[in-house]
This record gives sequence, C-alpha cells and structure tokens, in this order.
Amino acid sequence: MKTILSHHQLGITIKRLAHQILENHLELKDTVIIGLQPRGIFLSDKIVEEINNILDPSLIKYGKLDITFYRDDIRKQLHTANKTDITFSIENKQVVLIDDVLWTGRTIRAAMDALMDFGRPKKVELCVLIDRRFSREYPIQADYVGRAIDTFPNQKVMVYLNKKDKEESVELLEE
Amino acid sequence: MKLSTKHLLGIKDLTKEDIQLILSTASDFKDVLQRPVKKVPSLRDVTIVNLFYENSTRTRMSFELAEKRLSADTLNFAASSSSAAKGETLLDTVQNILSMKVDMIVMRHSASGAPHFLSKQIDAAIINAGDGINEHPTQALLDAFSMQEKFGSLEGLKVAIIGDIMHSRVALSNIYLLKKMGAEVMVAGPPTLIPKYIKEALNVRVEYNVKNALQWCDVANVLRIQLERQNQPLFSSLREYNLAYGISKKLLDSIGKEITIMHPGPINRGVELDSDVANGTNSIILNQVENGVAVRMAALYLLRPQNND
Repeated sequence: MKTILSHHQLGITIKRLAHQILENHLELKDTVIIGLQPRGIFLSDKIVEEINNILDPSLIKYGKLDITFYRDDIRKQLHTANKTDITFSIENKQVVLIDDVLWTGRTIRAAMDALMDFGRPKKVELCVLIDRRFSREYPIQADYVGRAIDTFPNQKVMVYLNKKDKEESVELLEE
Repeated sequence: MKLSTKHLLGIKDLTKEDIQLILSTASDFKDVLQRPVKKVPSLRDVTIVNLFYENSTRTRMSFELAEKRLSADTLNFAASSSSAAKGETLLDTVQNILSMKVDMIVMRHSASGAPHFLSKQIDAAIINAGDGINEHPTQALLDAFSMQEKFGSLEGLKVAIIGDIMHSRVALSNIYLLKKMGAEVMVAGPPTLIPKYIKEALNVRVEYNVKNALQWCDVANVLRIQLERQNQPLFSSLREYNLAYGISKKLLDSIGKEITIMHPGPINRGVELDSDVANGTNSIILNQVENGVAVRMAALYLLRPQNND
C-alpha cells in the first residue's frame, strides 16, 4: 500500500481544484456543478464547500447525478441505483462534472449520456481527484486533475473522503 | 445486490430482501418518471413480449410503458387475435416467439400455474402478470409501494382485503407480500367468497362483517367480484352484495376514522365500491396505477438477461 495523497495534501489539492474551477467560471454565472454518485459526491461536497467560502452560496447550482441506468456493463453485473438530485435545468449551462477517480472513462461516458436527459448543456468539463493515466478505454480526459498517477490494471486506487472512512487520504493498493 | 430468483412467478418465491430490492429500485425509477426525459437506456438491447391470454387494460399498458421507458423493444400478443384461436398450444406459441430472439416474457393466463409450467420449459425470464386465481405479483408489489409511500413502512400496518378473496390472485399475492413484510392482514367478505381454511393456511384474520373490518384496518384494499371466474351463484345479486359488502361514504363516515382506500381495478362502481369513495380524498387508486409503471420497470430491470462471463 502506498499513500498517494495524505490528509494534509488532500486538503490543499481540493482547495486548488475549487480555485481552478472558479478561475474558469468567475462568479459561477451560467455554471452548474454536478457530482457523480456514489463516491464522486464526497469530493464534490468538499469542492462546493470550498467555493461556498469564497462566493455567496446562493450563486451555486449544485446537483448529484446517478448513472446506474446508463451503464454499458448492464448485462454483466447488477448495480443498485443512488439518488439523482438535479433540481434545475442544465439547458445552455456550463457543467462541471466531478468524480473521484478517472480510470477507463466508462463512467464519464455514461454520465454524459445521463446528463443529456436533463437538457443540452453549452459545455461539459470534468474534474477528478485522481487521474489514472494510460488506462483509458474511451477518448475522455479531465479538465481539472488533483493528481495524475501511473498504475497497473491490478492496482486499486482508494479514495477515503467519506466521514465513515478512516483518516481522509488517497491510497494505492496492490491486489 | 440481485434477486434470488430468475423469474417473477409469484410473491411466494421471493424473500423479504427481494421485495425490498424491488421496492427501492422502483423508487429510483419513480424519480426517473418525474424528469423531463422519462426514459433510460438500460434495456435497449432487450426484446420483451407481452403475452396476454386474458383481457387487461392497466397491467398490459403499464408493462408496455415500463418496457418503453427502459428502452426495450416490445411485442404484443393478444390471444383472441392470434393463432392461439386456431388451436396452437401455449408452449408452441412461446417457442415460436422465442426463436425470433426474444429475451423476456411478460405473461397473463387464465390457468393458474401457466407461467410456472413455462418456466420449466424455456430459458427466457418470465414475469407473471396474473395467472388464473393464483398470483399477480407486480400488483402486490405496486400495492406495497403505494402503501409504503403513504405510511413510510409496512411493518405493523393493518390491511383489510375486502371482496372476492376466493377468485382473486391480487388477494393471494398481497397476503404473501404483506405477511413477509410484517404487516397484519385481514380478509373480509361473504363466507362464500372466502376460502374455507385461509385463516389456518395463510395466518390471516377473517371477518364476515365489512364494518368490523373497516373499524380494524388502516388500509382497505377492495377487490372486484370476479363474475367471469364464478361458475355457480355465490351470492344472490349484485345489488344485495352492494348493500351488505359494498363500501359507501355513509359506511365510512360511521366508522369515525380515516381509512386509505385501494383497488386494483377495474372498479365496478356501485358494487364493491361507491363512486364517492373511489374518487374521495382517502383513495389512492390512481397513485397505485402511477406507481405500477415504476414497479414494473424495477422488476424488468432486475430480471433482465445477464451474461456472467
């Protein structure tokens, strides 16, 4: 097991991601933030919390998206769904999707499909905490990256951000 | 998480966990149905045949809509306009349909056990949409979903099933489900329409006086008199049935407490249920119909074909 981001580093990285998003979306006008269920939510909650410290919270449109019914491995295994909570239209909005780990790109492909059912966004960006490079199965890249790492397929990236998790950190496990 | 069964033949075969999984998945699909695009691509590579050997409005349309909301391809079969009328057997019909690469079967049949028979002969997943006087599992699931939506939980809920218990597959499926989920169940109606040993066999309360039943229950699930299944007179007239067992506003007012009214449809207004009760504020009959689509989406989604390689 190897630590990729310690508790301390994680805090700094999340702050940076929040600032980078704001850099490109001043005042978040016409921008919405959407976290991906289930584990992307822990990251998006924290990023939104950071942005709340800088901007008036009433300016922020924040939703949660579950992609279970849009997955492409539906014939292989059964996944149980989580809540989707998007109470606003994304028509013509700039969307920042947030997930914890970008690996094959399949989740993001499904997320874009799901997103289109809520309207036609003007632009979609992707923010991830960990980018596992050289393992993509679809042509998808992130716009905001916490830390890019090189991994083998048999390794596992564990993001501990949930309050129930032990100390907040990101770790690399060998299978 | 997955269901313990490959088919949905009856509530009898389901575990409590199965029922909870179907109900919680249904709640996710109910959210989907509130969106501007009420559709997900989950079953876009699945073909489903709706095989109806008996008449149906709600169940057939509800299944068809559920299939379409899941992006499945659908085929409809009505026995009256098919080669079944020329004498083709059920098994032949199904094998012919399956050879056209159909993945799932939703079926209704007047013979109890027809889907069970079929499940032993073929590979495709089967969902029972009502078999004779045996079971109607998706109706019980949508009833449960509707009750859970209103009361939060089924645990300890007092449900009276009133009417033609003898010929009702809705009653049997509801009893199985409610008992598994920890609700209390009473059946009520004329003695000729209640099976003799139901109390011992299914551990339910039996009441022959509708007013007493209403006084006891939180929810009254009122059933239709299934005249088409009765081959001998079991009560003297519909008018007399209405006077003795029909639920009127006057009767409900005399109870002095609020009772939620359910009915699986079709209603015979003025027989088992008076119009002002069916349309009243405590009636959740149309919510049942609305929830039916989400519940059937959940059943289809959870039973869809899977390759485990």
